[in-house]
Amino acid sequence: METAIKTSTVKDKLIFEFDTSKLFLFGNTKLREKAMESFYKIGIPNRKHEEYKYTRIDVMLKEEFYFSPDKNCNDEQIGHLKFLKDAYVVIIENGVFVKGLSNLQNLPKGLIICSLVDAEKSNSPVFEKHYAKYADVNADPFIALNTAMTKDGVFIHVAKNTIIEKPIHIIHVATAIQNTIIHPRNLIVVDENAQAKIVESFEILDSTAKIFSNALTEIVIDEYAVVDHYKIQDENAGLPDRQELGYLVNTTQVIQKKQSVFTTHTFTLSGSLVRNNLTLVLDGEHIESHLNGLYLTAGNQVVDNHTVVDHRKPNCNSNELYKGIIDGKSTATFNGKIFVRKDAQKTNAFQSNKNILLSEAGTINTKPQLEIYADDVKCSHGTSTGKLDEDKIFYLRARGLSLESAKKLLMHAFASEVVNTIKIEPLHEYIEGKIFKKFE
Amino acid sequence: MISIKNLHASIDGKEILKGINLEIKAGEVHAIMGPNGSGKSTLSAVLAGRSEYEVTEGEVTYNGINLLELSPEDRAREGVFLAFQYPIEIPGVSNVNFLKTAIGEIRAYKGLEPMAAKDFLAMLKEKQKLVELDGKLANRSVNVGFSGGEKKRNEIFQMAMLNPKLAILDETDSGLDIDALRIVANGVNKLKSKDNATIIITHYQRLLDYIIPDFVHVIYNGKIVKSGSKELALELEEKGYDFIKEEIEA
Repeated sequence: METAIKTSTVKDKLIFEFDTSKLFLFGNTKLREKAMESFYKIGIPNRKHEEYKYTRIDVMLKEEFYFSPDKNCNDEQIGHLKFLKDAYVVIIENGVFVKGLSNLQNLPKGLIICSLVDAEKSNSPVFEKHYAKYADVNADPFIALNTAMTKDGVFIHVAKNTIIEKPIHIIHVATAIQNTIIHPRNLIVVDENAQAKIVESFEILDSTAKIFSNALTEIVIDEYAVVDHYKIQDENAGLPDRQELGYLVNTTQVIQKKQSVFTTHTFTLSGSLVRNNLTLVLDGEHIESHLNGLYLTAGNQVVDNHTVVDHRKPNCNSNELYKGIIDGKSTATFNGKIFVRKDAQKTNAFQSNKNILLSEAGTINTKPQLEIYADDVKCSHGTSTGKLDEDKIFYLRARGLSLESAKKLLMHAFASEVVNTIKIEPLHEYIEGKIFKKFE
Repeated sequence: MISIKNLHASIDGKEILKGINLEIKAGEVHAIMGPNGSGKSTLSAVLAGRSEYEVTEGEVTYNGINLLELSPEDRAREGVFLAFQYPIEIPGVSNVNFLKTAIGEIRAYKGLEPMAAKDFLAMLKEKQKLVELDGKLANRSVNVGFSGGEKKRNEIFQMAMLNPKLAILDETDSGLDIDALRIVANGVNKLKSKDNATIIITHYQRLLDYIIPDFVHVIYNGKIVKSGSKELALELEEKGYDFIKEEIEA
């Protein structure tokens, strides 16, 4: 009983916070109210919600939480987070775009990067056309909550035929000395025949309290456009003594138009709780989509990847590869849904989820789901979970490698299939280094 | 070099080796032959340190140390090399990286300086030539997509890189065509010296036409039942293993 009361308290607090702040938030209040209504109906998901049963966000939200972060960081503090040297860097601090900390000088023609607040204020037609049009507030309570309560984020627009060679690095950095909830939101629109590389990283700095980030990014990919997208989730990495402060619900909602190519990579390296909701809608013919994921979990971590690939039109290809190494008492969940709608003939859709369980106490839940309504399609899914292969370990040891380095080499090899899909060389190196350190 | 005394070993409670005795000196080549299921591969697995096999009796002294007490990696670092009958495929681990790590750890164990990258590469090239291994294979994942012959050559290539004191070739000839067999045998012969020893485990005599053994032992039902010179191998080939069985049972 007590659980129910406390959980509803968080819900009530969220609603109260919304009522008192809605008039000060940017944009359309009606949209926000509609979203809040939807959140009110669904509530914070508990174990009875099929989609959240392995990831108990309600339990986590039982504690006291505040809505206004009370810390700011300076240039020096965030220097090391800018690990891509040759990139356009966007800093989103506690859910708010900070121009002063970003590196956005000399943007090339055809590239707009500004805060959501500014995009809305300037009546950008692109913003108006696409903002909050894809992530459905009735589909998920965190989409609803973000849509209702977001304060800011980044708006990126790549104009028709523009090729942006340098990556755009969006750094979400959070800081708090009391438990805080934030709702960063991004809108990325890549127009016809344009190309961009987007890297989103999630970090926490200089904090002593928990941070619950309910981050949402909508990506619109028009005809013939090519987008390469990365998420690097490593929230607890920057904290001393492996403090467990980072809680992240990260929604990525993608719409692709005909002949476009989208590749997305999700690397979850730390974070007490990470829930990814990644949805791709393939709304045109001859679309290509690649979804790659790697999660390395340990301690008491909970990492949950929910993906949806929605094939709506004929002749599209999607390919999904998620791999995980689970250690300690951590729990990893993979839930991959593929829809092939009635119209989507000649679809090729492949999905694979492979896991290595290093400990007795670790848990992996894996659930591939195919829903196929067309009759001329090629679809497959596969999942495997196992320990490190004893025969391989023995072979390596028989050549002089210690048990430890044999295991490390095999974990590295397992992860490399995903890591090698990174096309930005400095990012590849960065992730390699991170993983190497993790296996130490 | 190695002295095996009254070695008994079992797996899942079933005794496979029932008292093996064998003395091997530096510079010697010993062939161990025997019918399937006689315990040949078990002997190699026990010497390399596979944990599934339990040694229930006996001892193995290798250059003055109790080999059975060492971990598999320490056996390798002390110079014991097993060429696997079925080399393992390891996707994602390149041959070169694997050997670099192995050599690094072996040298660290011996208290030697790490090998310079230049020297490592030079050695890599030289040893590849020895077994006529395509340079491209060295950069590929360990044994992945290799033909049977390439896998066996890769074993001998690794042996050449690690330069062991005691090499155990477990049915290295099985599944090899005659050309590959010659290449592998040639590699082994070139690696032979007065300081190292070789154990060749084989079912057939053919490999012994190319690598001439000093001694031939016949293992049957977990014991060495007959030892002799290389002529014994020819006799076995001619008469088959049945004559051994008859001799024993007589």
